[in-house]
Amino acid sequence: MATLVIAEHDNATLKPATLNAVTAARDIGGEVHILVAGRNARTVADAAAKIAGVAKVLLADDAAYEHALPEPLAALVVELGRGYSHLLAPATSVGKNVAPRVAALLDVAMISEITGVVSPDTFERPIYAGNAIATVQSADPVKVITVRATAFEPVGEGGSATVEAVTGVGDSGLSRFVSAELSKSERPELTSARIVISGGRGMQSGENFKLLEAVADKLGAAVGASRAAVDSGFVPNDYQVGQTGKIVAPDLYVAVGISGAIQHLAGMKDSKVIVAINKDEEAPIFQVADYGLVDDLFKALPELQAAL
Amino acid sequence: MKVLVPVKRVVDYNVKVRVKADGSGVETANVKMSMNPFDEIAVEEAVRLKEAGKASEIIVVSVGPAASQETLRTALAMGADRGILVQTDAETQPLAVAKVLKALVDKEGPTLVILGKQAIDDDCNQTGQMLAALLGWPQGTFASKVVPGEGSLTVTREIDGGLETVELKLPAVVTADLRLNEPRYASLPNIMKAKKKPIDTITPDSLGVDVAPRLTTLKVAEPPKRKAGVKVADVAALVDKLKNEARVI
Ligand SMILES: Cc1cc2nc3c(=O)[nH]c(=O)nc-3n(C[C@H](O)[C@H](O)[C@H](O)COP(=O)(O)OP(=O)(O)OC[C@H]3O[C@@H](n4cnc5c(N)ncnc54)[C@H](O)[C@@H]3O)c2cc1C
Ligand SMILES: Nc1ncnc2c1ncn2[C@@H]1O[C@H](COP(=O)(O)O)[C@@H](O)[C@H]1O
Repeated sequence: MATLVIAEHDNATLKPATLNAVTAARDIGGEVHILVAGRNARTVADAAAKIAGVAKVLLADDAAYEHALPEPLAALVVELGRGYSHLLAPATSVGKNVAPRVAALLDVAMISEITGVVSPDTFERPIYAGNAIATVQSADPVKVITVRATAFEPVGEGGSATVEAVTGVGDSGLSRFVSAELSKSERPELTSARIVISGGRGMQSGENFKLLEAVADKLGAAVGASRAAVDSGFVPNDYQVGQTGKIVAPDLYVAVGISGAIQHLAGMKDSKVIVAINKDEEAPIFQVADYGLVDDLFKALPELQAAL
Repeated sequence: MKVLVPVKRVVDYNVKVRVKADGSGVETANVKMSMNPFDEIAVEEAVRLKEAGKASEIIVVSVGPAASQETLRTALAMGADRGILVQTDAETQPLAVAKVLKALVDKEGPTLVILGKQAIDDDCNQTGQMLAALLGWPQGTFASKVVPGEGSLTVTREIDGGLETVELKLPAVVTADLRLNEPRYASLPNIMKAKKKPIDTITPDSLGVDVAPRLTTLKVAEPPKRKAGVKVADVAALVDKLKNEARVI
């Protein structure tokens, strides 16, 4: 039994979600290897080699893997995946894109966004926007899995794995990367931040998000949003927290002007402490909030900024 | 170009589902069912391609029980041309659905398949990627914009860091994200017209596909409940609680 974890990275740094996936791999048991597929990604491979409990790092350095296009990447994973009992990826937009393609090429079922490892063939995963937790068992020879980062602690450093160069077929000729528009922020990354403060439709405009950002800066928090705030164009799409956005579980989550639809709760209800600020005392968000403040956010946010 | 759109019948997104007492699943009897919201977006995109003169025919497919007819009718009322019901009472897992869809693609010869990115019941987010793999086609998942070109398709995708644009060689598979478009409501005349549009009913067997589930669900449980919290009087009280009780700031 051995597990291959597909590393999440941007060719320069290893993304933290990889560390949570390695924890899931260690929970499964057996040897853990990491695949770094990218372009000029040696520094990523070296970082992966230092992860505690990792025995080997496979480095596939090829221009075809620079942007994690699923067609060449899935082909590579299938080729290297022979001999592994488990293939894992973090449940990021890259992992969700590639893992099902790998599973279908291997003719095995895939298990999405696991939140628990019961045994090497049995896993827990949320369904219905997290309103139920299913325990599923796979009889397939290879288990292809994505891992929900918030459900597993990140593994630390302390390893000294060997780095082995590998090659795949490279460019599939099917797809081409054109461009990326990545939002830049000085604030912590949403999915790994210790504190998250999110705004909803109640914020009324993108301009008003400045009120929220001022509080975020005092707290060292990441800024998130509900779907309504994103759809209304207040903030970019990658701010969305929820069933179909990002899943977060910070120590503190502050929901401002968010009603608390189940699709939003699905993305934040595992936070340690939840605060809701909403002028409607009947808002469902209060049912999951540890501390609820019934108030107008345009009054409460400046007060909060001043009090911190 | 022909466009194929798979649509799934799911528990309506507004329903708060209840886990069955025996832990065998969630309660679906007497619960409102609807088309998966992402599939409405997929149908809408196909209809817009047709209205723009880019698509010639839209075929909608559902794999599921007889009642999935209703879901197909909804898609036909939105503007799809004909439907195929692949009837089965088995739980439809993504790999099986992808195999059924592959068999239909081989038969119907579409140039584009647009699926929803995720079914809101199983929350798998797998079927489109699996279908693309089985066909050896490129995939544009989590699409927020789709622009057809000559023999290619430019797709803007919602990714963790923002947006990414890729160019795919046709034929291709696309999965729809929430912001691809806003689906229309079917008008009454279109609902009436849809009643006359053809729906073929076939079985997975007739396509040579075994849809038996590959994953066994051992149990379904309720997630841990959060303890009810308290309301605080003002911002000062809130900050005090966060500092001295919760100790998170
Ligand atoms: C398939 C599907 C997937 C979805 N996925 C997601 C997802 O991933 N994430 C997500 O968030 N949503 C998602 N949604 C949408 C979800 O159902 C809700 O529509 C959305 O979360 C509502 O956002 P909101 O709470 O900001 O807006 P609203 O529901 O409009 O709530 C606004 C709140 O602001 C309060 N408010 C207004 N003004 C003030 C003020 N001055 N001071 C204080 N409070 C104020 C109001 O009382 C209200 O409670 C999804 C929906 C579907 C169908
Ligand atoms: N039983 C089904 N019948 C038709 N389409 C389906 C079915 N299951 C999944 N799909 C399609 O695949 C998409 C993703 O589903 P899933 O992989 O289950 O999250 C859905 O949005 C549908 O477009």
